[in-house]
Amino acid sequence: MKKFYGVKIESQMMLGTSQYPSPSILVSCFKKSKASVATVSLRRESGGNNSGKSFWSIIKDLDVKILPNTAGCYSVKEAITTAHMARDVFDTKWIKLEVIGEEDTLQPDVFGLVEAAKILTEDGFQVFPYTTEDLVVAEKLLNVGCEVLMPWGSPIGSGQGLNNIFGLKALRAHFPDIAMVVDAGLGLPSHAAIAMELGFDAILLNTAIAKAGDPVTMAEAFSHAIISGSLGRKADPMEPREMASPSTPVFGKAFLE
Amino acid sequence: MINVNIIGSGVAGLCVATELIKKNVQITIIDKSEVPGPDSCSWWAGGMLAPWCEGESTEKIVVELGQESIPWWAKNVQGVVEKGSLVVALSRDQSDLLRFQRRTNNYTILKNEEVNQLEPDLKGKFKTGLFFKKEAHLSPRNSLIQLKKSLKQKGVEFVKKEFQFGNYFKKNNEIIIDCRGLASRDCQKNLRGVKGEMLMIDCPEISLTRPIRLLHPRIPIYIVPRGKGIYMLGATMIESDDNKNITARSLMELLNAAYAINPIFGESKILEIGVDARPSYPNNIPSIRKKDNIISVNGLFRHGFLLAPALARMVSEYIFDNKIPEILSEYNS
Repeated sequence: MKKFYGVKIESQMMLGTSQYPSPSILVSCFKKSKASVATVSLRRESGGNNSGKSFWSIIKDLDVKILPNTAGCYSVKEAITTAHMARDVFDTKWIKLEVIGEEDTLQPDVFGLVEAAKILTEDGFQVFPYTTEDLVVAEKLLNVGCEVLMPWGSPIGSGQGLNNIFGLKALRAHFPDIAMVVDAGLGLPSHAAIAMELGFDAILLNTAIAKAGDPVTMAEAFSHAIISGSLGRKADPMEPREMASPSTPVFGKAFLE
Repeated sequence: MINVNIIGSGVAGLCVATELIKKNVQITIIDKSEVPGPDSCSWWAGGMLAPWCEGESTEKIVVELGQESIPWWAKNVQGVVEKGSLVVALSRDQSDLLRFQRRTNNYTILKNEEVNQLEPDLKGKFKTGLFFKKEAHLSPRNSLIQLKKSLKQKGVEFVKKEFQFGNYFKKNNEIIIDCRGLASRDCQKNLRGVKGEMLMIDCPEISLTRPIRLLHPRIPIYIVPRGKGIYMLGATMIESDDNKNITARSLMELLNAAYAINPIFGESKILEIGVDARPSYPNNIPSIRKKDNIISVNGLFRHGFLLAPALARMVSEYIFDNKIPEILSEYNS
């Protein structure tokens, strides 16, 4: 399995920490899914001072790798300020960088993203950029020092799955050695399985689990799907073909007529 | 006669007192602030008695216990409005309404014209809605004031001072009921604050008769009519203990949502901005705890007015009938 800035993660599932019915359910989702990374949105949970510390201590007690994010930032400056706050609070160089460009689709502002990624990388951060499947943007992010990419499946929280499988395949094929996480837009376990079958290295989920009727069972379902997709990829699947190919040998079969 | 000292006079303390005063007890309510008042987070509540709607994001027990609240409040205070509540979503967020529909019960599905009949000032904006006919709402401040007044008439003494739990020694025939909310963190480490921000606005041009919930993926809000053109607009839910300042973002989002419901809300006068932190346990469900002669009632989260009556009943049954509350937890000190 590829490493993320030199760190090997235990499972290929990363899980967000927003929107759960309660912190207890959040904790159960982590336990059940064995997710190895927790993303934390600092803006919403903190209020800028230490006032979110009860919630953070619940996250810290999960004993998983923490990936703070800059969710909800609409400008480079905001994202950078949030990243610095996150580094202080969580004592980590990791930052999931979101620079949102459009309010309705929460689509990344890829120009701002590259700019912020450059500044943060030079400042010693290890950036996980939330991007689209665009190859040119990916190339620029790698050029400014990113070692991980987080392409979207579809708009954040939309549950639509993988909207551009062709684009994601091209991205995977183009940068075979880069660790990539499909982030955002998944709704069903089968979406995650497909992403893993395409060769992605991990899946980041939040809404699909937190907003399910039974979040804990959904967390378990996704963890199975991710394992299935990953094993399927590893097992070198057959190529699809135009015509049927009988699975039982017909040669020598008796003719009854 | 048993002496009962209730510490904290938010909605939990006053409801517990209202239940216990029916028995042969002497009650003193101790609070460090002038009550009812802005230091208690009940002061900033929405006042929706909406157990079925809450079923969308909470556990069954809240829906069940919450149903007790409507007859309880109607019996104990004046001004409970039993006209149901209405849930709507803008056309692009219809999937949120479908989900809400799947997760709740006891509603009827309304078509556009039925929504308009119910609330003409929604101006035909919503092509469908969920009507929770049996739900109700009240004015929290007015209700707390009424409870206090009637408790005083029944001989309950209100004392303004800070109660020192550290210096307290158990006495015979005395029961302490800790209803301090977030202040009880000095002895309950797993309480946390969930910040809520709200606005009171004055918009006499709009007439709504029941709470409206507008579903939205980022900023679900509700508008509760307080009568005479005054509305409560709320409320955010942020994992934070901060109870001082509203953020510009929250303020914009709350107002934006009101504007989406009816642009005339854009002309409102803003009367008040309220911020407080709701006392919550990790599962967001309240709990009754007992240690020696101290009973704690806490963790009412966003369900103060909805669950305080049931909790008060349980405290009374616990003390006088030895009946174990449905939501008793180990005392966590």
